[in-house]
Amino acid sequence: MSVIYVLLAISIVIAVLFFIAFIRAVKSGQYDDDYTPSVRMLFDDELVKPKTNKTIKKN
Amino acid sequence: MEQNSCFHCGDACTAEHVVFDDKDFCCNGCKTVYEIFSENDLTCYYDLQQAPGATPKEIQGKYDYLSDTSIIEKLTEFDDGKHQIATLSIPHIHCSSCIWILENLNKLNPNITLSQVNFGKKTVRITYKSEFFSLKEAVLLLSKIGYEPYISLEDFTTGKNKVNRSLIYKLGIAGFAFGNVMFLSFPEYFEVGEFWLEQYKPVFRWLMFAFSLPVVFYASQDYFIAAYKGLKSKLLNIDIPIALGILVLFVRSTTEIILDLGTGFFDSLTGLVFFLLLGKYFQQKTYAFLSFERDYKSYFPIAVTKISNGSELSIQVYDIKKGDRLLIRNEELIPVDGILINGMANIDYSFVTGESEAVRKISGDKLFAGGKQTSGSIEMEALNAVEQSYLTQLWSNDVFNKNKQESFTTLTNAISKRFTIAVLGIATIATLFWLVVDSSKALNVFTAVLIIACPCAIALSAPFTLGNLLRIFGKLKFYLKNASVIEQLAKIDTIVFDKTGTITSNAKSETAYHGETLSISEEALLTSTLRHSNHPLSRSLYDVLQKNNIVTLDHFEEHLGQGIFGTFDNQSIKIGSANYVGQPQTEKKLKTAVHISTNKGYKGKFTFYNAYREGLSQLFNKLKKEYDLVILSGDNASETDNLKKLLPTKTKLIFDQKPNDKLEYIKHHQKNGANILMVGDGLNDAGALAQSNVGIAISENINVFSPACDAILDATKFSQLYSYLKASKTAIQIIKWSFAFSFFYNAIGLYFAVTGQLMPVVAAILMPLSSISIVVFTTIATNILGRKLK
Repeated sequence: MSVIYVLLAISIVIAVLFFIAFIRAVKSGQYDDDYTPSVRMLFDDELVKPKTNKTIKKN
Repeated sequence: MEQNSCFHCGDACTAEHVVFDDKDFCCNGCKTVYEIFSENDLTCYYDLQQAPGATPKEIQGKYDYLSDTSIIEKLTEFDDGKHQIATLSIPHIHCSSCIWILENLNKLNPNITLSQVNFGKKTVRITYKSEFFSLKEAVLLLSKIGYEPYISLEDFTTGKNKVNRSLIYKLGIAGFAFGNVMFLSFPEYFEVGEFWLEQYKPVFRWLMFAFSLPVVFYASQDYFIAAYKGLKSKLLNIDIPIALGILVLFVRSTTEIILDLGTGFFDSLTGLVFFLLLGKYFQQKTYAFLSFERDYKSYFPIAVTKISNGSELSIQVYDIKKGDRLLIRNEELIPVDGILINGMANIDYSFVTGESEAVRKISGDKLFAGGKQTSGSIEMEALNAVEQSYLTQLWSNDVFNKNKQESFTTLTNAISKRFTIAVLGIATIATLFWLVVDSSKALNVFTAVLIIACPCAIALSAPFTLGNLLRIFGKLKFYLKNASVIEQLAKIDTIVFDKTGTITSNAKSETAYHGETLSISEEALLTSTLRHSNHPLSRSLYDVLQKNNIVTLDHFEEHLGQGIFGTFDNQSIKIGSANYVGQPQTEKKLKTAVHISTNKGYKGKFTFYNAYREGLSQLFNKLKKEYDLVILSGDNASETDNLKKLLPTKTKLIFDQKPNDKLEYIKHHQKNGANILMVGDGLNDAGALAQSNVGIAISENINVFSPACDAILDATKFSQLYSYLKASKTAIQIIKWSFAFSFFYNAIGLYFAVTGQLMPVVAAILMPLSSISIVVFTTIATNILGRKLK
């Protein structure tokens, strides 16, 4: 058994793993909305404010 | 007087200017939203975008039906007894502030565990603890902060629709296989006779074969299906040579590696499928937040309040029976035809006719489904079930079940017919030639011709040209349902316009005053009184009048549905309907008018005219050279003279058309060979829009309503219609040029194929090269075209 078979096997296994990751990402709906996440990631920076943990809401 | 704009919604602060926390608000509603946000540390909302909010509307009792478990069940997508998940459509979502506030709903109510916005679709998906919180409370909370969800009958019937992601999977698989096969076939491109490479050739080849299997049998199955369908209906579409090419590539490559003749063309095969799917993906991308398939269901509410034995009861719209007493609240839609029993009915039929002025009805009058009540609550008796209403019956017409695209032959398919015949001809001739000269090469040549002639570049021309133009149009606020609409637009020879709401503007109206001239003090009193009223007519009248000498009134009264009354300094004024000011209604009511009387008697009236859209005459004058123009209006002929002045003389003017008449008119002319573009706006045009070759809906606000159509045009871009039509024609030219381009590549490829010297490496270079150069050419060409458009 030559080393090339080992290398091929490893490379294909890794490629297939990435492929499965892609399929799962699509399935979970990550590709359904390609705009909102780009806005969402900008929010956290602007929220750095010492907050008193008062999230009580009057109804 | 200085005009301040509202800190929350950005509107001008006029009638009830509220100052709170050193900030200006146009009304109490806006102030309340601000209060809620500031109490909960959510004022960041206003930092992200200036004045992002909307004024919350009166919603008392409107969502009572959401307590009904059967309705909740329809609207939620997940329910395990403890948690519920519901996706609500919110038309107001328009900026980053909206995303921020809606994803921070848990700060307003801790029972909401998660809320996630999809900006493209304008929806928010909320997860909440159903033990402590209900869908109704969630909807009320959203409405309270100005994000009123839009819940229609459509949500009820479609339920949970599955998203189709198969194209992305296919694209992923093809791309994955393409990359790996390229990698594996690389050593053989250079034909290095190195010992170890020779040793492992079979392994590499069989691996390539393995990678190509999912590509042929999964990723490219659409092409086989389409080719089969084409053959069955005796249509030589573009999918036939593609499917043939894929099949021949696969069979020949497999045979080659089995018999150890060569490497085969697995690299070209996977690359071809990858590029084709890429084109398909590019073309398929559409506007998720717009719906082009709307029928009356997306306009109608899910439930309505029924009055039985003196108690109010929420029932589903489909359960309405003849004779039911229904309560229609302010801002609610009338779901069925019926008779008004009591209350002040002021019905806005703008969804139906495009006419924005509300119509007064008195008890005993007939009410038609689709109208929206605009002042107070009314009671009505249903005359029939929902499906049998005057308006909804239009949808039983066959045109709504027809698929326009299927009956249309695209340019690509038209060309592919000749192309397929030519390719098969060349293949046969070349094979016959080699049978005579050197029969061992005959089969080789036959398959090589089919492989190299696989019309990858041709198949990509249209998707990339039209797909790119679709995007350019989208940026210019002309939204197309799909790319093939552009091809149909290029073929149009007749344009039919609806009048009200299409060539006239809903937002703007012109006024004229008839009667005694008002004194300065009377004018001041008039404007000051109008300033207090929120009625749409008062607001538009107030906007056109000069605002000087605003005085503080001593007394003000608003009589819902009739008029307003104001006094100042011993002077009093009545503004409103003819009856209200004590003037007998003399002329037949063709136009909307506001009458005015003071304590000194009747003064006169302001008449409202529809204002025609800007650039209307210029547009028609440009269009008349190339198209037949028709105005098809549901209104009476009162505007004929005005229109004749504005429009080119050869424009046909046809009035008093019922929705079905419009449909029949278009059908009739199509039979005589006309390709008709219908431009309309209301639900009454829905039949005509569906029947026409291309139906364009004009919309003042693209997020709100437009009937089923092929394209939605923002009203501000109406005057650009001509240049868009022209651009469509140019796009067809671009496609033709790129066809010529790809024929050139095919000729080179055919030379190699016919002479029997097609090497895998030649195919592997030629195929991607032709595809990429076509993509580059069409993209650049359409971008140049797009830059010329405004």
